[in-house]
Amino acid sequence: MAESGALTDRLREHRLILRYADEPGYSQDIDCYLRHGGYEQLRKALSMDPAAIVAEVKASGLRGRGGAGFPTGTKWGFIDHTKNRKPVYLLCNADESEPGTFKDRQIIYKDPHQLLEGMIIASYANRAHLAYIYIRGEMVRGAQILERALAEARAKNFLGTNILGSGYDLDIFVFRGAGAYICGEETGLIESLEGKRAYPRIKPPYFPAALGLYLCPTIVNNVETLCNVKHIVEMGGAAFAKIGTPNNTGTRIWCVSGDVRRPGYYEYDCGAITLGELLYDVCGGIRDGNRLKAVIPGGSSAKVLRAGEIYRVQRKKPDGSAEEIEMRLEDLPLDFDTIAASGSMSGSGGVIVMDHTRDMVECLSNLSAFYAHESCGQCTPCREGALWMHKILRRMVGGGARPEDPQLLLDVSGQIAGRTICAFGEACSWPVESFVAKFREEFEAKATAAQESESLSRAC
Amino acid sequence: MVVPDQPLLPGEEAPGAEFERKADEIVGQYPASRRSAALPLLHLWQKEFGFLSQRAVEWISERLGLQPIHILELITFYPMLRIRPGGRINFKVCRTLSCALAGSHELFAQIRDRCGATASAGHGIYLSPDGTYSVEFVECLALCGSAPAMMVDEEEFERATIGTVDRILAESLGSGASHGEGKG
Ligand SMILES: Cc1cc2nc3c(=O)[nH]c(=O)nc-3n(C[C@H](O)[C@H](O)[C@H](O)COP(=O)(O)O)c2cc1C
Ligand code: SF4
Ligand code: FES
Repeated sequence: MAESGALTDRLREHRLILRYADEPGYSQDIDCYLRHGGYEQLRKALSMDPAAIVAEVKASGLRGRGGAGFPTGTKWGFIDHTKNRKPVYLLCNADESEPGTFKDRQIIYKDPHQLLEGMIIASYANRAHLAYIYIRGEMVRGAQILERALAEARAKNFLGTNILGSGYDLDIFVFRGAGAYICGEETGLIESLEGKRAYPRIKPPYFPAALGLYLCPTIVNNVETLCNVKHIVEMGGAAFAKIGTPNNTGTRIWCVSGDVRRPGYYEYDCGAITLGELLYDVCGGIRDGNRLKAVIPGGSSAKVLRAGEIYRVQRKKPDGSAEEIEMRLEDLPLDFDTIAASGSMSGSGGVIVMDHTRDMVECLSNLSAFYAHESCGQCTPCREGALWMHKILRRMVGGGARPEDPQLLLDVSGQIAGRTICAFGEACSWPVESFVAKFREEFEAKATAAQESESLSRAC
Repeated sequence: MVVPDQPLLPGEEAPGAEFERKADEIVGQYPASRRSAALPLLHLWQKEFGFLSQRAVEWISERLGLQPIHILELITFYPMLRIRPGGRINFKVCRTLSCALAGSHELFAQIRDRCGATASAGHGIYLSPDGTYSVEFVECLALCGSAPAMMVDEEEFERATIGTVDRILAESLGSGASHGEGKG
């Protein structure tokens, strides 16, 4: 009994960012937010030196929640305010278009002021006086909710000139995208916000912190990342760093979709539960009593994991030394580092589950259609390669698979990653590489089946 | 010619005072560069008139002091911008993996049948013959946990079924032309 009690405790969500989001009666309006202690951290932050806030964020160990997991404090530290004479911009990445990801939407639709408070604090810390929220175009309602929240915040002088008598001025506006995934890539986002096609910029030299919006220093952060800033100010960086595990601090919102009984979004301390616990205990297991076949752990661009796989991962021992241990897929703790050590990534937190009835070639074909459609077209390997891979996969699904196709897919995908302007190149080749490598027999079976049906039709 | 020749819609020649006011307000949000207002103005125009015409390209480029090509290149890049009218009621069904696993492709076919949207209007958009309905696939709508996801005009629908669609169609008939207002 005691043990099952401990298990239930372990599986209880720790909602920091989504603390109020689904509470009955909690609403988007500012009065509700204020009743729940809203904008208190802004007051506190405005009494601090901006550099002190950056120091707290560094101490917190917070890593970006948009996909790459880059340390937020380090990013903020790239702007040297002693030398910089240009305006600084802060951009909130609310493009949320990585397939499998639906966490930022929960924040925007249910607790918009939490995002605004985090953004205002982040803007103050980075000495920005103008900030934009880049929200994907399809979230029309989300944009309206944010517009209203901004107007409320302006009316209460949480935005505007001389915010709460601090002498600090800031305004924030909403900018709507128009259906292009590549706008989520931070430099594509910046180009889009400049009124151009969302063609990502080459890095170096165009690191946003150096040459961002209008070629000024710019901080781009994800919605969930910016919300965390508020909590770091509240509890202090050191206390925040105690949530989760070393180098994997704070909570994460895991978005589970696909073949589980209870898909949805679940917030846990980093590393607090395992992938197996998330799928079987939290999400109720695989639907219809089916068996697990594959999981994409961090949005569609992350490499697929196959049920039954064993990973060799480095783990830190209490004395600080590292040891290498073997881990089953189910035992992988949900954090940044272990998922990376399994050869994939926790990316945007989008966990897509496929059960044993699924055809892996069809699943990959579906994803490859996405990438073929969304390549911005600047780099030849990505523009052509993403389309070729999709054409091959569509042909395979349509009964025209050839024995050389699995290798052809690997050859094409192998010539994209690392040869492009932005990480979309990796994003479109990793799924292909991992699906083919891990489920090669299914890709080969397609070719065998196609040959058999061809010889059958010739015989008739 | 990228933007097809179309007769001007009522009000397109000179959009009204309210439209002008909104446009000014938008431009004011980008003090460092008027060009940033291009996409927001395209959204504004499309919301008002339903699609983007040659007149939209002229009006917006003039307003922002840009060449027409700067506006055209956005229209041809961003999937949500359209150069032809959609249906008075527009269905967007998510095509991507989690929704596909939950049957979104079957749902797409059912919606097309129900609406008689069989004529391809290019770019994967299907129209009913009288122009009332359009049906199209879109990529992941960030509603994967409640798949299949769908949008009807600006409204999002989770765990959508053909029953949801039937309800929407019945309501739209009941309320006459109110659905899809502002789409020209
Ligand atoms: C192809 C591509 C798509 C991306 N899409 C998103 C997105 O939708 N939302 C997001 O926050 N970050 C996205 N990113 C990551 C951003 O480039 C950037 O790393 C992030 O916004 C930084 O914020 P963070 O440090 O708070 O995570 C994407 C990256 C790539 C390469
Ligand atoms: S890698 Fe693909 S998406 Fe990225 S810039 Fe090149 S063509 Fe565009
Ligand atoms: S896959 Fe359909 S909403 Fe994400």
